[in-house]
Amino acid sequence: MEEADTEPPLVVRGGGDAAPGSSRVFVVRRDQDIYIQTLRKLFNESHGVFIGLQRCEEELAGKSRKAHLVQVSKNYRSVIRACMEDMHRAAAATRDPALHSQSTQSNSLGTNRIIPSPCKAGPLLLRLLDWIRLHVCDVDSMVREVLSSENPSKHKLFWNVVDVFVLQGRMDEARHLLSKEASANPTSMSMYKVLDDLMMKMPLGNTQTLTELELKWQHWHEECQRYLRDGTFASNPHMESICKILAGDENAMLEKKELLTTWYHFLVTRLLYSHPTVKPMELHFYAQSSMDLFLGEESSPEPLDTILMAAFEFELHQVIKECSIALSNWWFVAHLTDLLDHCKLLQSHNLYFGSNMREFLLLEYASGLFSHHSLWQLGVDYFDHCREYGRVYLELHIERIPLNTEQKALKVLRICEQRHMHEQVRSICKIMAMKALRNNRLGSALSWSIRAKDAAFATLISDRFLKDYCERGCFSDLDLIDNLGPSMLLSDRLTFLGKYREFHRLYGEKRFSEAAKLLLMLMTAHIAPCSFWMTLLTDALPLLEQKEVIFSAEQTYELMQCLEDLTAGKPDKQKLLDDDVETTKVEMLRLALARNLARVIVKEGTLEGS
Amino acid sequence: MIKRRGHKIRKGSQGSPQPIPGPHPPTTAQGRGGHFGTTAAGSTSVPAPPMAAPAPPSRSSPVSLRARRPPAANGGRRGRRRERARGGAAMEEVSARFVAQKISKARWRPLPAAALQPPDVFATGSWDNEDNRLSVWAVGELGSGEYLGEPQLLCDIGHDGDVMDMQFLDQERIVVASSTGSVTVFRHHQNNQTLSVNQRWEKAHYHVDQDTSCGGAACTGVICNNPEIVTVGEDGRINLFRADQKDAVRTIDNADSSTLHAVTFLRTTEILTVNSIGQLKIWDFRQQRNEPSQIFSLTGERVPLHCVDRHPNQQHIVATGGQDGMLSIWDIRQGTMPVSLLSAHEAEMWEVHFHPSNPDHLFTCSEDGSLWHWDTSTDVSEKPSFLHHGGRSTTYLSHSTINQSVVCAWLNNDPTKDRMEITNLIPNQTLSVNSLDVLGPCLVYGTDAEAIYVNRQLFA
Repeated sequence: MEEADTEPPLVVRGGGDAAPGSSRVFVVRRDQDIYIQTLRKLFNESHGVFIGLQRCEEELAGKSRKAHLVQVSKNYRSVIRACMEDMHRAAAATRDPALHSQSTQSNSLGTNRIIPSPCKAGPLLLRLLDWIRLHVCDVDSMVREVLSSENPSKHKLFWNVVDVFVLQGRMDEARHLLSKEASANPTSMSMYKVLDDLMMKMPLGNTQTLTELELKWQHWHEECQRYLRDGTFASNPHMESICKILAGDENAMLEKKELLTTWYHFLVTRLLYSHPTVKPMELHFYAQSSMDLFLGEESSPEPLDTILMAAFEFELHQVIKECSIALSNWWFVAHLTDLLDHCKLLQSHNLYFGSNMREFLLLEYASGLFSHHSLWQLGVDYFDHCREYGRVYLELHIERIPLNTEQKALKVLRICEQRHMHEQVRSICKIMAMKALRNNRLGSALSWSIRAKDAAFATLISDRFLKDYCERGCFSDLDLIDNLGPSMLLSDRLTFLGKYREFHRLYGEKRFSEAAKLLLMLMTAHIAPCSFWMTLLTDALPLLEQKEVIFSAEQTYELMQCLEDLTAGKPDKQKLLDDDVETTKVEMLRLALARNLARVIVKEGTLEGS
Repeated sequence: MIKRRGHKIRKGSQGSPQPIPGPHPPTTAQGRGGHFGTTAAGSTSVPAPPMAAPAPPSRSSPVSLRARRPPAANGGRRGRRRERARGGAAMEEVSARFVAQKISKARWRPLPAAALQPPDVFATGSWDNEDNRLSVWAVGELGSGEYLGEPQLLCDIGHDGDVMDMQFLDQERIVVASSTGSVTVFRHHQNNQTLSVNQRWEKAHYHVDQDTSCGGAACTGVICNNPEIVTVGEDGRINLFRADQKDAVRTIDNADSSTLHAVTFLRTTEILTVNSIGQLKIWDFRQQRNEPSQIFSLTGERVPLHCVDRHPNQQHIVATGGQDGMLSIWDIRQGTMPVSLLSAHEAEMWEVHFHPSNPDHLFTCSEDGSLWHWDTSTDVSEKPSFLHHGGRSTTYLSHSTINQSVVCAWLNNDPTKDRMEITNLIPNQTLSVNSLDVLGPCLVYGTDAEAIYVNRQLFA
């Protein structure tokens, strides 16, 4: 997150109302968009679609693949749509200007739908109509208002609604409304009948071939023109203008500018009524002229306009570029590029950095997610689908997630383990073990280091256990030490800890000979650290003093050897002997050993004799 | 031109060794099988059939997981088709809602004793947000006598720290465990749909010897038996509270040297806990000793256990779920090891629940994003032994008889009789399912993908 990224704006949130000059804390955030609540739903939902898309890459081929891609694109659209609806609701509720830019963005997202399927010419216009209907959604509330009034045809918005329906090519709805007008106003009955007939007969290009459509269309068009020339609708300016629109009169359409609201709506209406057989390749030509006609001289195109224009030209790279510049986050560009890449519509476009554009954008987007307090889990899957650098990014990001509970640590750990990121697993476990150790939770700490197979740390903790034992004379966390199982072998010290505890247990159960054997083994096999030998030998004392003989002669010799090794091998012999207590201990041991030896020789002699 | 491009991309995709979440590498499945063998040999436990490590989830069918069973057993099984049909129906009954917060817990509000309707209100808690919330939802809008559409938010309230666990104390009060170590009782006022804090025990769980300021330790589990509330935490402490008392009734410090992950009531004075070194412990509050009255553990491997639930009618049957996704069934009357180990999910099993009124059904959810429905009831009527030994009757068994034999089903040791139908209720999920709850015919679950789901017809 530290890399100097230029494009996404960094948002600086001031540290309150401190006086100028005083020290402040600034919260610097990249990608402020991801903090918008409504967008979180978008991120989560589209994540699911994204994963579905990546899976299809692995499984499907040929026809079904194509169908699936279209389905994915549809899914994205419905996700966007849900999000837009949320936005509209939120915007209406709060009138937040910040949301405006968001709806602008989601608007442009609609271009999504044109791009992936430019190969099918026939239904192109229908798709454009769909798109417009989706994005100009004020009309629905207007319709509700009109229809809920007592006398719809007298409502001041009545003709507006009819016009909008006509402009969007929603003939059935327009006719339905008009019939209300006709029944309320019998004088215009004949006019209405003619218009209704025209609207009903309008050919639509979903079934027939292009030439057929062309013929039918011309026929219909001429009919409209004829009625206009005859002045059939002269007495009703509303109906006349509708008829003009039907006949493809661009000026009549432009008169409804405020109903059209945008130049691309105008474009679609214009195509619908004057060039219904438009081919995808001609689209940009009409788009350009529509924009010029609609915007006129006074305004220059906004970023969204340029994006759309590029989309109409099927200049995919241009679209992506414009979007990257105009939009404030990477969500749209990343998903669009990914989808296009899957459609194989994107020329492999090698950047002079990173691997390719898709990956670059996905990485940027996912990095943004990782900077969020809770969306980081989504980012993981995006990184997974970036072949070249995804893993490196993930490794760097995942280590920086704050781990405030063990459960969160477990989740992060699972992510790392699934991807065989051993280094990260170790580091997370170490962090958790350190935390537990600081909290004096030796048991937890040991569990974490066992999970990471971190021998050094396990040794450290075992030493803490042993130290505690030496100080207090009893073990803490017995439930853990008694159940080490195979993990005991992780480190020598841990093995010793486990075995030493076993010795205590045997001793407690009065299984002295087994205990003695284990004790001796701990020393002779050099499992016990030298510093602990003295304690072990002291532990042998009560065994030596038992009524019955426990150590055999051989074992006693070995014990003596251990004691001598300890006293002789000590480099700082002087210090050891200076210590009064230690000296006494050594002497007591020697005495006990000698007595034991005496007893055992006698006993063994007798046994052999008998 | 296009072809060439396509070729290029495809080539790239073949050569990449990218790790893919979801479908598991076959090695793991084998490794698990091996583990099975050892455990089964070392104990009286018998594995139910090793689950097929889920095939890549199929998109078409909602039922993508199925127990792999010996071919012989497959023949006479008629229950399966019904099962599949049911699965299909169930999917249509699921309504979902994205809630813009990661859900850590979801719980149905208990029904009044004599209620006949299905549950209609549930609560959820979030985790890992900057501001976490406790929310109460209605399952949908009431339309023509049925609930329709997505869950509707009734009310919510901010919560300090992650919601680690949550239980309804009664119809109105919800006990919530926090990652800050506090335990809070919220009251849901149903007349004006608001939530308020009723009682709070700050720092119910904490670390000793702490020089830093944040001494709280996460409270990982809570269980209620009105008016008693038992909590466990990362500090290995067990607290017994009463809803109306300010101080803890009983505290067992350092009850466990490792983290306690979950707790449930065994009987009124006894509780069960599971910890991060694979132990199941019984604690008896009547005893003054601060030690468990019994310890059970998985042999060898110290696989952490994350959840525990007790059979609602047969108190000696206990189910736990572990870090490796294994479901263990224990009979606490005998032995110290699980009766059966059932290889299940691919990652941590976060919750396990017997169906409260239909305990031959069990539900588990996991970090791997799946939610499994374990059903031991399906083929009881087809159990061959009845035909062989009974002889006198081939008619359907009465309901009580079915129940009788089903109880054994969880403890059944015979590997040749695999009698479980297992259905994955979420075929395509990728992020963790953190919590689930079942009540009557309804299932609710919440995920890390920030969505809550309600299934209203589990047994359609």
